[in-house]
Amino acid sequence: MIVADEKSLPEILDMIKDCNHILVLGCKGCVTVCNVGGLKEVQILASALRIGRKKDGRIVKVDEEILERQCDPEYVAQIKDRVQNYDGVVSLACGVGPQFLSEAYPDQHFFPAVNTKFFGGAVAHGIWEERCAGCGNCIIHNFDGLCPIARCSKSLMNGPCGGSSNGKCEIDKEILCIWDSIVRKKMASGQLNDLLKVMPIKDWRTARDGGPRKRIKEDLTK
Amino acid sequence: MSNDLKSGSNLEKVLRSGHFAFTGECGPPKGANIEHLKEKMHPLKGNVDAVNVTDNQTAVVRMSSWAASTIMVQEGIEPNFQMVCRDRNRLAMMSDILGVYVMGIRNMLCLSGDHQKFGNHPESKNVYDIDSLQLISLAKKMRDEGKFLNGEPIDVPPKIFIGAACNPFADPFEFRVYRLAKKIEAGADFVQTQCIYNMKKFREFMKMAVDMGLSEKCYILAGVTPLKSIGMAQYMAKMVPGMDVPNELIQRLKGAPKGKAAEEGIKIALEQIEEFKEMKGVSGVHLMAIEWEHRVPEIAERAGMLPRPKV
Ligand code: SF4
Ligand code: SF4
Repeated sequence: MIVADEKSLPEILDMIKDCNHILVLGCKGCVTVCNVGGLKEVQILASALRIGRKKDGRIVKVDEEILERQCDPEYVAQIKDRVQNYDGVVSLACGVGPQFLSEAYPDQHFFPAVNTKFFGGAVAHGIWEERCAGCGNCIIHNFDGLCPIARCSKSLMNGPCGGSSNGKCEIDKEILCIWDSIVRKKMASGQLNDLLKVMPIKDWRTARDGGPRKRIKEDLTK
Repeated sequence: MSNDLKSGSNLEKVLRSGHFAFTGECGPPKGANIEHLKEKMHPLKGNVDAVNVTDNQTAVVRMSSWAASTIMVQEGIEPNFQMVCRDRNRLAMMSDILGVYVMGIRNMLCLSGDHQKFGNHPESKNVYDIDSLQLISLAKKMRDEGKFLNGEPIDVPPKIFIGAACNPFADPFEFRVYRLAKKIEAGADFVQTQCIYNMKKFREFMKMAVDMGLSEKCYILAGVTPLKSIGMAQYMAKMVPGMDVPNELIQRLKGAPKGKAAEEGIKIALEQIEEFKEMKGVSGVHLMAIEWEHRVPEIAERAGMLPRPKV
């Protein structure tokens, strides 16, 4: 899923400083799962904004709502009749949400309330980690199912760099050296030979480097 | 190793003719201070076979390694131009390889590079379009096939002696010799190792490399950095990832008479060099006298490395 993180309250208060009536809009997709943009977080942010503005002596009226998904025009259309009632809409969805909203309602202002971080999952309660960089051409079968593009700090394709130390990455003792894990996994299964050929240079056109991407599934477009 | 020279660099000729090679290192200045650069490089002249010119070492911005290498050529010193994968995509790499070749540079060391998080611009984007192994294969393709990565022919291919780095002390230790083998397969002509302090581990590493026939396919230069002080030794032991400084060495420096730790550090380095001269599979020494370039003539002399062969 897409993992996001809260923005700070002062930053959001600054975004809405000219608004007197706003909507805080959550999303039931990934941001609900990673506890940053679900109904509960909508309620918490809405009251924080009310309190923040009250302290400032400038009351703001805040409505609360959540959509099934903000990355889908069908659900985005559900607020059509009321979206113009607001001076601004604060979206708790990933970066896709406020953009779908902005495209659907060009006259309204949409503010992002979260920082969208990565594709990953929860490794423990309250801890999420990156797993994929969306390179557009998955090659992790070469590395026993572990992705060096997203998880090696240098996206190395041919083994651990000279800074790998005690299973940790040179940039931070808290970060796993994924190459250490790949090598150990291959050694344990007696398949180290798989890592001995030089990996071909990657074609990054399938990644963001090739420009903004689009997916077309022909049979659905007819 | 075939008989034709690949690049004709001094380093290649020294190694090819069977001499025990001796290379040095010089970091370009943090600015356009050419006098400072010349001051740092001159003690190396005539005392080593080639001088590594670091490329934004530890991710700190400095004068570009190709420009500093060019100045070295003008000063009659042979550079070993370093290139890291952190700061350039494949377009910049290929054009820089052509550019340095035209400027008379004949050796190049291919490196991943320290992550920018360590440096003075941690905010920057990291490139890593290709990795160090792929950079080796890219330089080889340009030289031997006369082609760019996309297969287009190069009008006058760059004949570069291709180097790689090797850190026998990083983890996982068991994989290190295989990574070296991969670098050789990719096209490395010579390898310079990370600073060696743990001799026991290095002996073990070299034995594996020799047994795998790697030293027959590629020249291996052992990395030596004299410890200047107890503080430096402790810093390297604790703070530099992938560096292995055994406690005995730190104790030995501590045991030196007051004010004599640096001399003890040099003695240790000289003992290491003596052992490398005899060690099977080792073709030379790479002396990284960090911010100690002015001591290189003395170290070279005491190590019995002078005069350097004229080939
Ligand atoms: S190889 Fe690409 S698609 Fe596969 S996990 Fe890594 S970044 Fe994601
Ligand atoms: S230490 Fe490991 S994860 Fe970190 S950059 Fe080096 S190879 Fe990649």
